[in-house]
Amino acid sequence: MNFLNGITLLLVYQLVGEVTVRLLDVPIPGPVLGMVMLFVTLLIRGQAPESVDQASSALLSHLSLLFVPAGVGMMVHFDRIAEEWVPITLALLLSTIITMVATALIMQVTSRWLVGARQGNQGKEPGGD
Amino acid sequence: MTDPGLKDIWVYLSASPLLGLTMTLVAYGLAYRLYLRTRSNPLANPVVTSVVMLIGVLMLTGTTYDDYFEGGQFVHFLLGPATVALAVPLYQQFSRLRQLWLPVTISLVCGVTIAAGSSIGLAWLLGGSTEIQMSLAPKSATAPVAMGISEKIGGLPSLTAVLVVITGITGAVLGTKLFEWIRVTDDTARGIAMGVAAHGIGTARAFQVSPQMGAFSGLAMALSAFATALLVPWLVDLMQFLVSHYALHG
Repeated sequence: MNFLNGITLLLVYQLVGEVTVRLLDVPIPGPVLGMVMLFVTLLIRGQAPESVDQASSALLSHLSLLFVPAGVGMMVHFDRIAEEWVPITLALLLSTIITMVATALIMQVTSRWLVGARQGNQGKEPGGD
Repeated sequence: MTDPGLKDIWVYLSASPLLGLTMTLVAYGLAYRLYLRTRSNPLANPVVTSVVMLIGVLMLTGTTYDDYFEGGQFVHFLLGPATVALAVPLYQQFSRLRQLWLPVTISLVCGVTIAAGSSIGLAWLLGGSTEIQMSLAPKSATAPVAMGISEKIGGLPSLTAVLVVITGITGAVLGTKLFEWIRVTDDTARGIAMGVAAHGIGTARAFQVSPQMGAFSGLAMALSAFATALLVPWLVDLMQFLVSHYALHG
């Protein structure tokens, strides 16, 4: 019953998200807005109910499974991918690597610089660089 | 006698969602077992193995993607509630997030711009058509968002869905090695980078590394869905303006 309550709540938030997005005509997907609303609810309540916690970990522990049907869709696009496979594969691979490296470095540098500096002022000096 | 009987059963099964759904779960079950056998080697990513197995079976049996998707859609649908569910780990990491909101915001805006800009730029340099460039542009965002943006800027939404999955797999497979090479050891920074570059598939991988990396990856995935929807159409206009300017005067 707990799990059922949890999954129902997730669906209700998704539904409210979808409806709001359509009513307000904003370019954000419904589930993303639903997530924000649930997050705000949890903040207000000050704790995550057992049921939501259970349903959420059940869904998230096999998140990869949920992408499989979209991945199989590749078979519909074999021709298109074969035609332009060089730009597709190289651009995708290089761009993913660049994005990942750049974002990780930016996050590491800015968090040391902005947060580390504040902590440094309170006590220890940040690492020497 | 048995031949027409078998054929009837096949006709029934290929028209019902049961087969596609069961196949997806069985393939994933096998792929996941293989993944555990290889001690969670990112190269044996369960999405890759299950997609390869399923495409193989569909092609051998001459089943169309549409028939398969009759069943596959039930799994695909759960992406929605799973996105909502990300609020829970996010909430559990809230105190850490509050401390880091400024670096997170800066990294997100830069990461989303780099993801879209570099894929358009590289595809253009390598001679890809405009349609391919536009289909690639939102590839780092989560599938439903990316498809919507792709349609808006002139890409092929269903091709984008596939590119999104391949991007996620690439990020999940390469991520931990890349972070080792560039010596980023902090799970917060690794999570943010994973979520920005490789959305939900990267997040699934991040949760296997640590709950903190998973939560931040989920956060980055959710926020970059917002940022991509807001920034990418604008970025595309800017890049097209620059290209036409260059073509006229360069």
